Amino acid sequence: MLSSVTLIFFCQLMGELATTAFRLPLPGPVLGMMLLFAILLWKRGVPRELAQVGDALLSNLSLLFVPAGVGIMAHFSLLRQDWFPLSVAVLCSTLVTIAVTAGTMVAVSRVQAREPAGDSGSGDKVDG
Amino acid sequence: MADFRGIWVYLSASPLLHLTLTLMAFQAGNWLYRRSGRNPIFNPVLVAILILISVLMETGTSYETYFEGAQFVHFLLGPATVALAIPLYRQFDHVRRSAAAILASLLVGSLTAATSAVGIAWIMGANRLSVISIAPKSVTAPVAMGLAKQLGGLPSLTAMLVVLTGIVGAMLGPLLLNLLRVRDWQARGFAIGTASHGIGTARALQVNEVAGAFSGLAMGLNAIATSILLPVAWKLVFG
Repeated sequence: MLSSVTLIFFCQLMGELATTAFRLPLPGPVLGMMLLFAILLWKRGVPRELAQVGDALLSNLSLLFVPAGVGIMAHFSLLRQDWFPLSVAVLCSTLVTIAVTAGTMVAVSRVQAREPAGDSGSGDKVDG
Repeated sequence: MADFRGIWVYLSASPLLHLTLTLMAFQAGNWLYRRSGRNPIFNPVLVAILILISVLMETGTSYETYFEGAQFVHFLLGPATVALAIPLYRQFDHVRRSAAAILASLLVGSLTAATSAVGIAWIMGANRLSVISIAPKSVTAPVAMGLAKQLGGLPSLTAMLVVLTGIVGAMLGPLLLNLLRVRDWQARGFAIGTASHGIGTARALQVNEVAGAFSGLAMGLNAIATSILLPVAWKLVFG
């Protein structure tokens, strides 16, 4: 348990160090995620303990956003002037982005599935 | 009731009070969500935030005081982000096979998120500062705040818009994808992660591990893509 927690914290710490040292436009934890991912590739598997700790953290991920969300109260005044255009923009833009992104992904996957020349070995089925 | 006041003053000084309140508010949100038959309007994060803001306002507690307790929960956000490598690793075969689709959707999604937000805010008559601050709204908060600063926006306003974007994506994203009949978990997850970062990813993880992994991946990739694309695009259009 402790070694898994240590590994996760270590990855985050290295991420934070690298982003400040090299002034990368990325948050430390995101870089830490890449580092842990590289370690898993190298280890060729997720140790059971690490999986337990990770799943415990991720199964409650929503909770972790609550304190930052409450921070909205400190900035209510910023919204006073433009609350209406900003609310409409957040609502519409988020929905449009989800629709367009999912649409692109589905469309490209479909085109790829139709093209026989792929490096995946599943091109033996031809429908229609 | 002087005793009660005394106890309250004592408790308020301890981080335990607001830490416990945060957990209780979230549990209440979860309970309400389940009781409502998982109605997206009763999103647990949103409900918890609203409960806590009302309690803090009612008791005249500042956000700083609240955060002294809540920071212990907030702190875990970093390690949890690191832990997203685990579902990503488990789904790596899918990711590799969908590399082309991922790259295309990332570019389209990243640009759509910024241009649609800026465009709508501008057409609706928001002032310049607000228009700049909303541009990086789909990116995870620390990156979005850095970008807002770089473009000349207001980082604290951006932070707030990022949270609202996350809640909208988590609440309405799955509903919208059902309406559009997108059944592929990879596409669903990737879209939600691109548009609504970690808050959307948290929601996606609860529904399906493939969706969660792709959502976490999209969150990370969109932070990179937007950091590179947005300043360049901004210079081209407004510079």
